[in-house]
This record gives sequence, C-alpha cells and structure tokens, in this order.
Amino acid sequence: MSPFDALKEKIKQALPDLDYVIGWQQGFDSLHATPLFMRTPEDVDRLIWNPLCVHNLSTYLPSLKGKKVGIVLKGCDSRGVIELLQENLVERENLVLFGMPCSGVVDLTKIRRKVGDLERVSGVTIDDAALVATTPEGEVSMPRDEIAADKCLVCQFHNAIEPDHFEGDPLPPSTGADLGGDELAMLEAMAPAELMTYWAKQMERCIRCYACRNACPMCVCRDHCIAQSRDPHWLTQEDTPREKLMFQLIHTMHLAGRCIQCGECQRACPVDIPILALRRKMDRVIRELFDYQAGLDAKATPPLSTFQVEEANIKERRW
Amino acid sequence: MPILAGKELRIVGFLCNWCSYGGADTAGVGRFTQPTDLRIIRVPCSGRIDPLFIVKTLLSGADGVLVSGCHPRDCHYTSGNLLARRRLEALKRFLPIIGVEPGRFEYTWVSASEGQRWQQVVQRFTEQVHALGPSPANAIFGACGETAQDKGGSSVAI
Ligand code: SF4
Ligand code: SF4
Ligand code: SF4
Repeated sequence: MSPFDALKEKIKQALPDLDYVIGWQQGFDSLHATPLFMRTPEDVDRLIWNPLCVHNLSTYLPSLKGKKVGIVLKGCDSRGVIELLQENLVERENLVLFGMPCSGVVDLTKIRRKVGDLERVSGVTIDDAALVATTPEGEVSMPRDEIAADKCLVCQFHNAIEPDHFEGDPLPPSTGADLGGDELAMLEAMAPAELMTYWAKQMERCIRCYACRNACPMCVCRDHCIAQSRDPHWLTQEDTPREKLMFQLIHTMHLAGRCIQCGECQRACPVDIPILALRRKMDRVIRELFDYQAGLDAKATPPLSTFQVEEANIKERRW
Repeated sequence: MPILAGKELRIVGFLCNWCSYGGADTAGVGRFTQPTDLRIIRVPCSGRIDPLFIVKTLLSGADGVLVSGCHPRDCHYTSGNLLARRRLEALKRFLPIIGVEPGRFEYTWVSASEGQRWQQVVQRFTEQVHALGPSPANAIFGACGETAQDKGGSSVAI
C-alpha cells in the first residue's frame, strides 16, 4: 500500500470517533486545491495530497474548539497546531493529527508569471521534477524548484511535528539559499526614505480585503480585530497607504513571537503585496533576541509574554 | 536652546506615571532648561505602552518617539517595564525595515529623582532627531489632516 493509501485508511478508521477530518480536494480547476471536510469514507476518497495543497488548514482549528476533529498537516502547517496548543486555543485531546512527508507546494504567483493568466491552464501533471501545464499554445513544463513556494526551498520541517499518524519516510530538512534573506537584504540596502516610499507604493494596491489576516492561523481575534474596532479607533476606513501599512504593522506586531512563517498571509493576498518580508524581519528579530522560533514546542512560553531581569541579548541604553 | 532656533521638530514622549513623568517634573521644578520639541503623553506604566502606539505616532509623521519608564527592578507594578523592554527592543530592531531610521525611536529608564538625567536624555534625544531632520513620513503619506484624496486614496466619501 502506498503511504497515501495508508493515510486514507487511517483517516477512515479514525472517522467514527471524530466530527470530521480536514484535508484538501481538487478545486474548481486543475491548478487549485480547496479544503475538504471529510465526514464519510466516500469523502475520504476525494482527498488529495500534492503540491497544489497550499492552504494551511490549521487556520480552521480555533473556531472548532470543543469539536473532535482530525486534520491533515504538512510540516510547516503543523507548527500552527503546536502554536495554537501553546496558546490554549485548541485542545490536544480533541485533535487527531495526520501527516506525510511533504516535498513542497507550488506558488501560483510564480506559475502565473510563467503562463500568464492562470485561467488559460486546462490541465496539469506533476511529478518530482516538474509541473506540466496544458495551455492553448501547448504544454509548458516548469521545474519544481522554479515554481516552489519560497518557504519550501529552505524548509526545515517537511514532516509534521508530533503527529498521531504519520505515513511514509520522513524527509531531511532542505538546504538552499535563504530566499527570504535575499529579499530582506534587498530592502535593507535601501535608504530609509526610499524604503518607506517602497512600502507606501506597495500598499497603494491593497484593497483592504483582509485575506492576509483571515488566512493567518495565528490571527485568532477574527470578529474583534482592532483594525475594525471603533473604540479604540486604530484605523479609519480610508483607503490610504498609511492606514493600510498600519494594518500590516498591526498584523506583524500581533504575530511577534507567534508567527510560524507559513507564508499564508502573502499567499492569500490577491494583489501580490510582498507582506511576508515584514513577518520575516520580525521573525529574525525574535530569533536574534530570544533564540526562539514559534510553533515548535507546545510547552514553551511566548517570548513577549515573559522576561528575564537580566536579558542576555538586550544591552541597556547608554542614556 | 541653540540647536532648536527656529526649527522645532515634533517628538512624542510616552512616560510612565511613577518614575519618568516624575523625573520630568523634577527637572521642571529644578528649572533645568530643556529643548521644547517633546510633547509628553503620560501612561500608567511603560508596560501599558503598546508598541503600536509608537508605530502609529511615527507613521502619523512624528519626527521622533521617546519612551521612558522606571529602571528595571523599580517598576511600581513589579515587572511592567521588564515586559515592555522585550517589546520595545523587538520594535526598535524591526522599525528600520519600514524605513524609519533607528535613531527616531529610543527607550530608556529615568527615575522620579533623576531630574538632571531627564534633562540630559531629552537634550541628547532631541539632538539625535535633529541630526536626522524631519521625518519623511508626511511627505510620503501626506500630512495628517489632509483629505483621503490628498493622501493618495480614492475619492469615495466615508
Ligand atoms: S515549507 Fe516544507 S512542509 Fe511546508 S509546504 Fe513547503 S516543503 Fe512542505
Ligand atoms: S503572519 Fe503570515 S506567515 Fe505568520 S503565521 Fe500568519 S499567515 Fe503565517
Ligand atoms: S490580502 Fe493583500 S490586498 Fe487584502 S488586505 Fe491584505 S495586503 Fe491588502
């Protein structure tokens, strides 16, 4: 039995004790997967596991507190579950975690750059080396590493952390160029006013849809987000770059020490604003200061919820 | 003050009620002359300072932000300043990625008895912000108080 068939078998066995199991199914066209809520063995037969399964499904878990749910996890997604457990937003006894080794997902933005409009793609085949898209002009073959999500090229966690059921042989961490590092280096090379202008320009495209927030597994306030609160009134409804950048900074600050670097915020953005760079910068700061990465240890205390009287990496100001 | 002649900048200070606000008061009572660019906002504790206060202030066009609380171990609420120190340090290291020069934001500790020290902090921070000049935020995002259109938004009335 292939690991994938073994996984489906495990899910079918677990179903009777669960409300449902969350995974992915083929979506509205050949390039998209969509989330699948499996309640019956027939539902499980619709499950897919391939590089199109981009969504981090742990985003659903906080609103399902109290239900007994199973969830299929890529390695990076499992950090979301660990972080939610750490923050008491989900209960371990109500969760069943399923995993397989993940060799990476695609970045549809990169595919769009290669084929133009994604709607022109009528079919895809995917193997370890390439994704081949059928378009009106013929087949376009794209090497996997050219269309992989950046996070996958440097993935440290191909295998779910602390799964209940894991099928297949765990993969070793990827090695490769730190693409996030290149992006930050490019930004950090700019003069301050130039950089502020860069962000203001990027934010002009933002339509304030808040997809970046809604896709984020660690944005758990949802209906109580301070972006929409009138008291205090943090943001106006104006569509100015200032308000929009302020929202990104709210998101980044509220995720400081909690962001699991899953990249869902940027992936969900319909206008491709490179907002992950802000989260990456904060992640780097938190690692430098507190030698800490979110989503690895459900027993840890988030670094900004605690302190040391003598901080190892914070020097007192000379004034 | 000579450095300020004719070109005051906008500096916002978030001061904790128990130490630094008292320190600033002591400086005033002691008649220590200080630059006048600083506008003080008094908060119950440095632990009350949401880093987003600072972000919002800077994006709104302030040329500098100064945070001052009680010295570590001297917090009226035991550990507000120690929690604040982690947040403020993380913010300080993060801000340059949005184009805010590191020197526009500082945090420090001043006790209620340290009037002289307060004078020095204000003097040095004001000089530091003057060396950087006016913040580019107003030029880039539009001055606060302009209409949405002036600031690059659409003309939809809200
Ligand atoms: S980051 Fe790792 S676990 Fe996540 S999708 Fe990429 S390869 Fe898979
Ligand atoms: S901020 Fe972005 S990268 Fe971080 S947890 Fe949320 S979606 Fe993932
Ligand atoms: S997803 Fe993109 S467009 Fe939507 S609010 Fe976030 S940054 Fe703006």
